[in-house]
Amino acid sequence: MNMLAVEDISKTFNPGTVNEKIALNKVSLTLEKGEFATIVGSNGAGKTTLFNAIAGTFYVDSGSILLDGEDITFEKPYRRSRKIGHLFQDPLLGTAPHMTIEENLAVAYLRTAKTPRETFSRIRKEDRKYFREKLVELNMGLEDRMDSPVGLLSGGQRQALTLLMATMVTPKLLLLDEHTAALDPATAVKVLELTTRVVREQNITCLMVTHNMNQALEMGNRTIMMDEGRIVFDVRGKDREGLTVSDLMEKFAENAGNSLTDDRILLSTEEGK
Amino acid sequence: MTGLLTAGIVQTALEVGLIYSLVAMALFLSFTILNVCDLSTDGCYTLGCAVGAVVTMSGHPILAIPAAMAAGICSGYITAFLQTKMGVESILAGIVVNTGLYTINLAVMGFKSNVPIFGQATVFSLIEDLFPGAWWHEWGPLLFLTLLLAVICLLMWWFLGTRLGLSIRATGDSPDMVQASSINPTATVTVGLCVANAMTGLAGCLIGQYNKTCDINLGTGMVTVALASLIIGQTLAGRKGRMLWRIFCVVLGSCLYRFVIALSLRLNVPTEAFKLVSALIVAIAIAIPQMRENLAFRQKKAQARKLKALHNTEVTP
Repeated sequence: MNMLAVEDISKTFNPGTVNEKIALNKVSLTLEKGEFATIVGSNGAGKTTLFNAIAGTFYVDSGSILLDGEDITFEKPYRRSRKIGHLFQDPLLGTAPHMTIEENLAVAYLRTAKTPRETFSRIRKEDRKYFREKLVELNMGLEDRMDSPVGLLSGGQRQALTLLMATMVTPKLLLLDEHTAALDPATAVKVLELTTRVVREQNITCLMVTHNMNQALEMGNRTIMMDEGRIVFDVRGKDREGLTVSDLMEKFAENAGNSLTDDRILLSTEEGK
Repeated sequence: MTGLLTAGIVQTALEVGLIYSLVAMALFLSFTILNVCDLSTDGCYTLGCAVGAVVTMSGHPILAIPAAMAAGICSGYITAFLQTKMGVESILAGIVVNTGLYTINLAVMGFKSNVPIFGQATVFSLIEDLFPGAWWHEWGPLLFLTLLLAVICLLMWWFLGTRLGLSIRATGDSPDMVQASSINPTATVTVGLCVANAMTGLAGCLIGQYNKTCDINLGTGMVTVALASLIIGQTLAGRKGRMLWRIFCVVLGSCLYRFVIALSLRLNVPTEAFKLVSALIVAIAIAIPQMRENLAFRQKKAQARKLKALHNTEVTP
């Protein structure tokens, strides 16, 4: 069954001006439940725009977005976020710095509130116990700092916390927008491992943007390449096994009609070898 | 000190300080917690006073309190509506509502610029009459206000710890996170501003009954006074204080501010200079943390220099 079905969505920024930019050009994409797809593409290929369209940061010009069979094309972003987890490159975006770890988790946990009574409930003992258990799983020692403001944590810790907040209530879809790009290499590896584990354990349908082509092939079970607002290459299953970075570059050149010359991709791929 | 501050002066400063602290608390919620600059405070305060005065004059001093609070909620709702639904900049929304409220307030007061509360009971006179005796007559109102503020502080603390309160805090702290946490920022801003303005309205109602009059220009400059109290309070609380302590310090800041004003009154500072005194208090309150830091830095530097000098004399005989 399709968890996500994006059908022919287009988005043009600043239409009719000199700054007109077709960010998404009739993009279609379906993800089955439990599928974990990585997305690569140069700057301006439309990866983040695709994510923002799905998350509802803006509404698409045409096309439709279905999540678990439900049309969410015109649903408000805060409503979508009950079902969609979204992590950004900037670790500061996902958490409230002046609130404690516990309070941040409580806000994320709000998604489960169904009755008005719960809206006025404070953090209970069992909530605190549950948060603690979840923090232990991160293996970062955060369970002993539940009363410290999140602003005191490192970028990696904040990103791990954001991941926990996004997945504490299992989302239908998880969007990871280069969520480890701003972290140092060692921390990035740790957060990526954590991501893989959480996604696998909870069988979350997931889309992840990365600039590292090795990572794009190693992680998940499907790889998508984007260029100029279109999907130019999409591979999974048997075809993906044994695929190398150079194969990927070749496929890109074949389908996009020009070779991949983004410094950032080439550099980060070189580093990751 | 006793010569300078008589019991009467202390009492009045505390009473007025406690009432004003409700406005400071409102700004604590809108300005500090929600990170929204709500400039409708002046008008809303007068609105609370006007509604309170009119209802009191009709013989219902206790009913005047919820009525004034309800009026405050309406005003807060309009400010919130303008900024969340109509895309009006928050400062502008406050100014627009403030301007509009002037006419509304005049209308509430029957198009007179002044409504005296004479010949009718007020909450304060009711409390004074609660028990016989001169002592109660003198200190009853202050006790009542202290109790009221204690309850409001606790309620505020409780509220900010609920899921709704936490989402309001998150809205002011990290708007991006709020969107990603399925919180509707429109709702949190609206609830926050309504609660804040209810407190402003309550303050207006109490001050009207306290002064036994309502004037159309009562609220002028209120936002500065409240901001001064708030900043003094936050300086006292420090940046890392716990929530209950921070809330309590808002009240403390407001009382302190009234004390300084009372003191300058006592020192025969001319009334014309009061605005300057207010401005000075605010400036000093804001500057204190930085001054403290500068002093610590200077001491550190001097110590390092001394150590180095000591080291040099030891090495070179």
